Amino acid sequence: MPGLFLTAMPPLPATPVPADPLVQIRDLNFAYDSRSILSGINITIPRGKVVAIMGPSGCGKTTTLRLIGGQLRPTSGEVRVAGQIVHEFDDDGLYRMRRRMGMLFQFGALFTDMSVYDNVAFQMREHTNLPEELIHDLVLMKLHAVGLRGAHKLMPAELSGGMARRVALARAIALDPMLIMYDEPFAGLDPISLSIIGELIRTLNDALGASSIVVTHDVHESLKIVDYIYFVSEGKIVAEGTAEEIKESQAPYVHQFVWGEADGPVPFQYPARPYGEEMMEQPSKPRRWWS
Amino acid sequence: MKRVQDLLRQLGQQFTERLWRLGFASRFLLMTVLYSGTALKRFHLTIREIYFTGVLSLIIILVSGMFVGMVLGLQGYDTLQRYGSSEALGVLVALSLVRELGPVVAALLFASRAGSAITAEIGLMKATEQLSAMEMMAVSPIARVVAPRFWAGVISMPILAALFSAMGVFGGYLVGVQLIGVDEGSFWSQMQAAVDFREDIMNGVIKSFVFGVLVSWIAVFEGYDADPTAEGVSRATTRTVVTSSLAILAADFVLTAFMFRGI
Repeated sequence: MPGLFLTAMPPLPATPVPADPLVQIRDLNFAYDSRSILSGINITIPRGKVVAIMGPSGCGKTTTLRLIGGQLRPTSGEVRVAGQIVHEFDDDGLYRMRRRMGMLFQFGALFTDMSVYDNVAFQMREHTNLPEELIHDLVLMKLHAVGLRGAHKLMPAELSGGMARRVALARAIALDPMLIMYDEPFAGLDPISLSIIGELIRTLNDALGASSIVVTHDVHESLKIVDYIYFVSEGKIVAEGTAEEIKESQAPYVHQFVWGEADGPVPFQYPARPYGEEMMEQPSKPRRWWS
Repeated sequence: MKRVQDLLRQLGQQFTERLWRLGFASRFLLMTVLYSGTALKRFHLTIREIYFTGVLSLIIILVSGMFVGMVLGLQGYDTLQRYGSSEALGVLVALSLVRELGPVVAALLFASRAGSAITAEIGLMKATEQLSAMEMMAVSPIARVVAPRFWAGVISMPILAALFSAMGVFGGYLVGVQLIGVDEGSFWSQMQAAVDFREDIMNGVIKSFVFGVLVSWIAVFEGYDADPTAEGVSRATTRTVVTSSLAILAADFVLTAFMFRGI
């Protein structure tokens, strides 16, 4: 991508990457009250890799991200980030860990009362004592990396969906995190923005030497950029593998998901009583506005 | 019998839920106070919110104060002249405003104008995941978003109530002295002699401070606790205005009983 600042940089000398995975999820169970959301999840995110967690809406993908970020506590099992168990952190420890993470929310979650510039500068001002001149240079570098240096004076309301997502990405990498998490980064984007975001995820991950977790249900875009994929259905891992393995997989669920078939292991029809039985019934009264 | 049991069960459940929510709101207030370091150390955050909650409420407060004072002037004169005490109009207007109407009406207006805006803003920040994003950036939303708004409300409220009372007195003067013709010297001198700084003005300031705490607490809590949907934010905003208004009137009764009746 010619506009990208990071691709124009000379290749950096290879630095040794620690062998242990950055994120390790073991036997993770999570439930809201008695409603089980995740059960027996095992996921490994190696350092320097881009890993996708895929599955239909409501299968527990975003919950997994929130558990990694420590916004939720597991019912049982553990999430380790850089060797440390997340749910054992106190507030200070959790915040220290989060300073080394970046997260891109589904619709950007930009602060609407701040300009693009201030959104990207937010973490630098909150967590560092850098002089404003240096923050200025860093913010413009981050925005240049996502192709939006020229938009630094705009307010979030003036951005398109794709631009907002790119600004949120610049904000997520503001402090050069070790782990970047993406929650549905491709949702609702036009094909050009979709391709730009996909390319940026890969390029920024490699340039920063970070690891990335992409939670998505966009199969085709993510298969182009990720190293490994976990498929989640009804709170369980049902398949995993590299992009090639997933493409060639004949497992019914993976096949249905990858090729977008309307019916299969995930049924088209919402569970219901037999059709005939329901048709013979008297229609129920319409619900009143006061009821 | 079963209906009675169901009714009792529902009542019990509602009572427990409300008690739980009150406990949660109290813990939230405690957290807000504990996390106030950022709001007070980086005071420009609070100043910015004072502008949005206080300065932008000035028009409604000043105009309402003026009209309330003018109505007090008319009604007060009508009553006082029956007893031949129309010169005491200044005292009536000033005491009514400083002791009661200033703090109470200004707080009710503040709850409607600024409290609802605070709730809607925080609720929408929650609905659009801005608060979650802040948490993930290792920045406490309570310290960065809630505390500055809370303290801005607490600081703004007594100032707004004082301005409301001042405008009210001016409105009473316009109607009483300029329109009806009450003696100007009696109007001001009797007011000066009768209004006690500690008993009347300071008690009014204490009232408006308490109302400021109540309205700001309710507004930030309702916003933070709002369901992250359009309907949830709308309900939270309504709850802020209703709960704040009731809390102001109830607290006013209690404070008045302690301050002016010697209970």
